[in-house]
Amino acid sequence: MAIAVPPFEAFYEANRAEVFRFLGRRLGRQQAEDAFQETFLRALRAYPRLEHGEHLRAWVLTIASRIVLDDVRKRRPQGELPELPVEDGLPAFEELAPLTEGLPPNERAAVVLRYGYDLGYDEIGDALGSSEAAARQAASAGVRRLRKEHH
Amino acid sequence: MTDTLSPALDERFRAAAAAEGLLDVAYDVLPDTAIGALLVGVTDHGLCRITFDPDPEQELEQLARLFGPRVLRTSRPLDRVRLELDEYLAGRRRHFDLELDLRMVPDYHRRVLAELARVEYGHTTTYGMLAAQSGNPRAARAVGTVMNRNPVPIVLPCHRVVGANGSLTGYGGGLPRKEHLLRLEGAIL
Repeated sequence: MAIAVPPFEAFYEANRAEVFRFLGRRLGRQQAEDAFQETFLRALRAYPRLEHGEHLRAWVLTIASRIVLDDVRKRRPQGELPELPVEDGLPAFEELAPLTEGLPPNERAAVVLRYGYDLGYDEIGDALGSSEAAARQAASAGVRRLRKEHH
Repeated sequence: MTDTLSPALDERFRAAAAAEGLLDVAYDVLPDTAIGALLVGVTDHGLCRITFDPDPEQELEQLARLFGPRVLRTSRPLDRVRLELDEYLAGRRRHFDLELDLRMVPDYHRRVLAELARVEYGHTTTYGMLAAQSGNPRAARAVGTVMNRNPVPIVLPCHRVVGANGSLTGYGGGLPRKEHLLRLEGAIL
């Protein structure tokens, strides 16, 4: 049975500290403050459309990651060669989402966070409420499954 | 600590969420009014909830089920409610000028609550009388249930409903509160 989404207050209280730490590590304090508000406003806008309450930590971290990427792109002057080719080359969640649709939720979240958003396995473990090792395992199981499906 | 969320930032997000009209229910807890802790909630339509001694977890689940999952604590949208409650509890206000959101209240309950709303400050009525005014004189017990589930006590004055023999009978917030409110209004000595 699907788990209903919790009241937003409960979701927010459970995830705000971690989202803020995550943004702080990537953007520095000043930018992180604006990104924090934007992350949860976006989450709030999308919240009524969620069909279940699973993997909400992973979900909100993907929103935060998206905002980090937008922020990095925005601050890079136009016409200049990308200084962060690795991050720039990341497939967006939208591109990864259809590819990973058939995966079990845990593996899907791990694959998207790892390859879509370049999160470390420790962060993915946090996001999924499991360990670093379990996150690594879920991501590689997901990738193996994808290889099988696409060959 | 540079990576700790500051209370100011937390409040800023909450205020922005309300200002952008993204909430199904905005609520706040008034921890120490003259009659103890109250949780108050509003929707776009008006005041939808006043709860005595709230158990937040249970309360939020209920609000989410009734009005939608975007339930968030924030202070500004509750300013008006807070002010009127303060004035009332200090004896400086006799009528509330608040919009109410009773959309989720069943029809019969709403009919009884509409009658209840006409019982004036400092006066009392009985369960039987209210039942008669709502169309069924024998439904005193059902009226008791409606009072018990009143989503906005104090503002809809179920404390003004007493037993036929004048006894205070019962109150969702406990009898001492009922007594306090009736005494405040001068309905009892």
